[in-house]
Amino acid sequence: MNNGQRPVNRLPSRVVAALAVGPIAGLAVFYLWPFATLLARAINGNAVADTLSRGATWDVAWFTLWQAVVSTGITMLVGLAPAYIVARFEFPGRQLLVGLLTAIFVLPTVVMGAAFLALLPDSLDRSVWAVIAAHVVFNLAVMVRTVGAFWEHLPTDMESAAATLGASRWRVFVDISLPLLRPSLNAAGAIIFLFTFTSFGVVRILGSAGTRTLEIEVWRRATQLGDIGGAAVLSVLQLAILAAVVSWSTRAQRRHARAVDLRPEQDRRRAKSTGERRFVASVAIGTAALCIAPLAAMAIRSFRSSSGWSTAAWTRLGKAEVRPGIRLGLDPVEALVNSIQNAAWATSFAVALGAMASLAIAAAGRGGRLLDVGLMLPIGTSAVTIGFGMLITFDTPPVDWRAEWWLVPVGHALVALPFVVRTTVGVLRSVDPSLQDAAATLGASPTRAWWDVIVPFLWRPLAVGAALAAAISLGEFGATSFLSRSGGETLPIAIDELLGRTGSLLQAQGYALATILAVATVSLVVGVSRFHDVTGLAHRRAGGQTVDR
Amino acid sequence: MRTRPIIASALLLGLTAAACASDSSTGAPTATELPATESAPPPTDLTDAEPTDTEPATDQPAEPRITITLVTYDSFPEADTSINAALDAFTEQTAIGVELLVAGDTGTMLSKAALTVGNPEGDVMWGIDNTFLSRALQDGIFELGVLADPENVPAEFLALVPNGEALPVDFGDVCVNYDIGYFVENELAVPTSLQDLADPAYRDLLVVQNPATSSPGLAFLLASIDEFGADGWQAYWQQLKDNGVQVVDGWTDAYYGSFTWAGGGDRPLVVSYGSSPPAEVIFADPPRDDSPTGVIESTCFRQIEFAGVLAGTDHPDEAAELVRFLGSEQFQAELALNLFVYPANSAVALPQEFNDFAVVPETSRTLDPDLIDENRSDWIDEWSTLVLG
Amino acid sequence: MSHLRVEQIGVRFDTTDVLRQATLRVDHAEVVALLGPSGSGKTTLLRVIAGILRPDSGTVWIGTNDITSLPAHQRGVGMVFQDNQLFPHMSTIDNVAYGLRVAGVGKVERQDRGAAWLDRVGLAGFERRNVTELSGGEAKRVALARTLATEPSVVLLDEPLSGLDRELHDHLATQLAQLLVDHSITAVLVTHDPAEADVIASRSVRMDQIDG
Repeated sequence: MNNGQRPVNRLPSRVVAALAVGPIAGLAVFYLWPFATLLARAINGNAVADTLSRGATWDVAWFTLWQAVVSTGITMLVGLAPAYIVARFEFPGRQLLVGLLTAIFVLPTVVMGAAFLALLPDSLDRSVWAVIAAHVVFNLAVMVRTVGAFWEHLPTDMESAAATLGASRWRVFVDISLPLLRPSLNAAGAIIFLFTFTSFGVVRILGSAGTRTLEIEVWRRATQLGDIGGAAVLSVLQLAILAAVVSWSTRAQRRHARAVDLRPEQDRRRAKSTGERRFVASVAIGTAALCIAPLAAMAIRSFRSSSGWSTAAWTRLGKAEVRPGIRLGLDPVEALVNSIQNAAWATSFAVALGAMASLAIAAAGRGGRLLDVGLMLPIGTSAVTIGFGMLITFDTPPVDWRAEWWLVPVGHALVALPFVVRTTVGVLRSVDPSLQDAAATLGASPTRAWWDVIVPFLWRPLAVGAALAAAISLGEFGATSFLSRSGGETLPIAIDELLGRTGSLLQAQGYALATILAVATVSLVVGVSRFHDVTGLAHRRAGGQTVDR
Repeated sequence: MRTRPIIASALLLGLTAAACASDSSTGAPTATELPATESAPPPTDLTDAEPTDTEPATDQPAEPRITITLVTYDSFPEADTSINAALDAFTEQTAIGVELLVAGDTGTMLSKAALTVGNPEGDVMWGIDNTFLSRALQDGIFELGVLADPENVPAEFLALVPNGEALPVDFGDVCVNYDIGYFVENELAVPTSLQDLADPAYRDLLVVQNPATSSPGLAFLLASIDEFGADGWQAYWQQLKDNGVQVVDGWTDAYYGSFTWAGGGDRPLVVSYGSSPPAEVIFADPPRDDSPTGVIESTCFRQIEFAGVLAGTDHPDEAAELVRFLGSEQFQAELALNLFVYPANSAVALPQEFNDFAVVPETSRTLDPDLIDENRSDWIDEWSTLVLG
Repeated sequence: MSHLRVEQIGVRFDTTDVLRQATLRVDHAEVVALLGPSGSGKTTLLRVIAGILRPDSGTVWIGTNDITSLPAHQRGVGMVFQDNQLFPHMSTIDNVAYGLRVAGVGKVERQDRGAAWLDRVGLAGFERRNVTELSGGEAKRVALARTLATEPSVVLLDEPLSGLDRELHDHLATQLAQLLVDHSITAVLVTHDPAEADVIASRSVRMDQIDG
């Protein structure tokens, strides 16, 4: 049924335009303009020559690249087994495992950093391997939900056919499954690379001075050394490398795209032989342990002080006084309050703009695609770049907004907006347009029909989007590192500060705050993930087919 | 400054209420803070308050008509000391409230000021020192032409701020301090020079601050440049790095975190101030009459600190008044025993115990300000790559 | 004269002519069944009449009014969709009363009228029911009640009894026929089942007969 032809009952264009104006304006002012300013500052003056001629620049770039590649490689290797058992087997706790991985994925980066800081022995602390380990655990969910989801739809018959031709389990995997999985592996690899290349919070907490990535350098040069131009150049350099890798990966994906006859979810089966059972159990338990251990360590460390076990970190709210009037560290309670206030505003902004944008995108057809892509841009640009761009753009009248209370929430909203839009647009697009036709035959004008029949579908995904936005805002670190002012520090900044100190009480407080942040984020996200795939990963196009969870 | 549109006035009321509340506990220096300071007159002698609408209660100051923010570093006390009492007296006298905003160590404070030029986080900044001053002046963080002529400030200090951008408020020395007890216990000879610090005998014993974020950190780096020259300091720092030097971001973290005596850490050698030993005596509990820490005199670098009005403040006149107060005898008299620095105002007499325990080195290192100005960021950059990279 | 007149309707999708010169005339209170295999354009023609699809050529008349360029919500043509298209977020009574709500009828009156229609289709008491929990037959009847409640001048029915089991199908077919007669409703019924057409409609035409 070609419903799409000659749509008669669609929203009048002025309504669509009115909806689109807000999000477009927001995007233009708070994303595109800072981006342009960043580019302008980068090419201004000697910054380019100075920065690129400095050997340290290339050392940092190289380091960023290889740690991302290694992180991606190890994650993909480690993630294959869990992806396999989740795709093919039914076992007790399967849902729980998937939920656990999702919860890990949405954790704030500083929490993951704190967790690994707590877990690893001092010798491994703050080395590149700590950073890589954290990256691996963080991104396991990507493997399981992207590759696993795709795997679930691969026909089992092909594997059976290979078996009847004499192929052992291992050969079936290498010769049949792996090549067929290629598209999803490419997609997963690209995503993981993007995340690890632009990793900021994890490296800030876990890294030492010797593990500096491009993101860290941008932040350091801009905020500590005052070298705005150099930081801008590094920002652009990072984007250039990212763009190059992503386009190479896209081309590779297209080259290897194969028409695979994906089936609806294949039946999963219980593990039969003892060998199989052991395999599934060990992988499931191993994966769960890998995810839980760091978080448990973090919570446990919050009870440790130099004198053994104590709850001092939790009960001693406020700063620790070392001398009359002199206190160490940030005020945790103030940081918590700041974070909650920011999250409330950021969520409101993100939900309001996200609702408008989603409705406009769903109603606008081809024009909507442009807005859709535009709103996704903040995901591809790191939060650091966003925060940095905003900082150097809104620093002169009449747009000197640095001291405005809403600047940080706006930055958060920008980072969260893509997620809100993704959850909402998907639902809106899946609404049968004939519902609008039915309303029309009952006398409702296009706008009336849309309001009565389509808009009510928004509320559920918006609630999910709101929870996501709140979780993202609470944990946001990169942009906030630039935009927050003294006294306005948020939880993640407080955690970073406290963990960087050498006093054991302060560190314990850092772990306590990290635990609070972890619990808040996970509760928010897991609470709504029953309604929706919050990672958005299972919707990724893989080899030409859209896999729907 | 963060302002919430709807609740701004509520905040202001809350602040003044809080100020009132904390004032009641800082009426006079308590016994534990200053065990032997009968000589210093209690600075809370209130001059007759300006007639305001509130009656002069014993501990409640008049409602300030306006509150300005003093941005300062992390070793500036936020409450409960005579410095804070002096600021309260300022509020009494001028009806200008003062709110303190701690921005981290000096380097961090400067970085934030540089990023917020024209829309500053506060109205007055206390504590930018001669090592970072040139960057502050270059970035234009101070408002020009608002400060009154300084009184009783040595000419050499004034020479550093030729355009009157900031007021010299104190000076001191940044030196490596050592924990006497540690060296006695471990039967180690105390190092006596910068070169000694690189000796394997003192492996893993030194903690310094990052010169990008900390002014004692930068001062120490400059001391090493003074000693080994612009071409030789790199080798020295490589030796220090090989010898296990620990780097932290700020002074409080080094002194109250890593230092064995004050912080319970594992480093008995820390970059701190020449006046840290007197602090250890004065705040000692139980009281003692000898200093538990000492100073390696040949490592000392002269530091001069400044205060100024931040450019772009909404209240330049009130801010200028506060700066003037910060340079006045009334305030400068409190500096020695609270910040453990020497007041720049030469008319102020120093308290006895300060003179007893403070170490004033024979000669303190300095570097030509123009040299610092030209090379500071390159030096910090090079240092970062060398020591942290 | 004909109450509903469809003249020379042409509809083209990409390169295919789904309808070429479809012509149909329906008298007042007449029920005409449109027969034909799938793909012959029956549903397309209905959609053109309802106004939810714009034809490339031809005209549609109701009475003496040319409604070809009139938007769907102003035509007074009701349509019962093949897959019901009940609004999932509204209760049964709210679904049935929706057209009345759009027309500005007050809450009490439209609830009464809606309930009356539910009764007529044999679903008295179903007002508060969740539409997503209705059985196939119940949903079809709610869809019918919803369309009829607005008392449109023409009712279009797209395979209204598809997917029902034999017994329910026959029962509903008789009920539907009775309703259409009782209320003198002008209707066009699309179906692939000639027997069903015989029960409900007064006249049957084949697509190949009306579309040259």
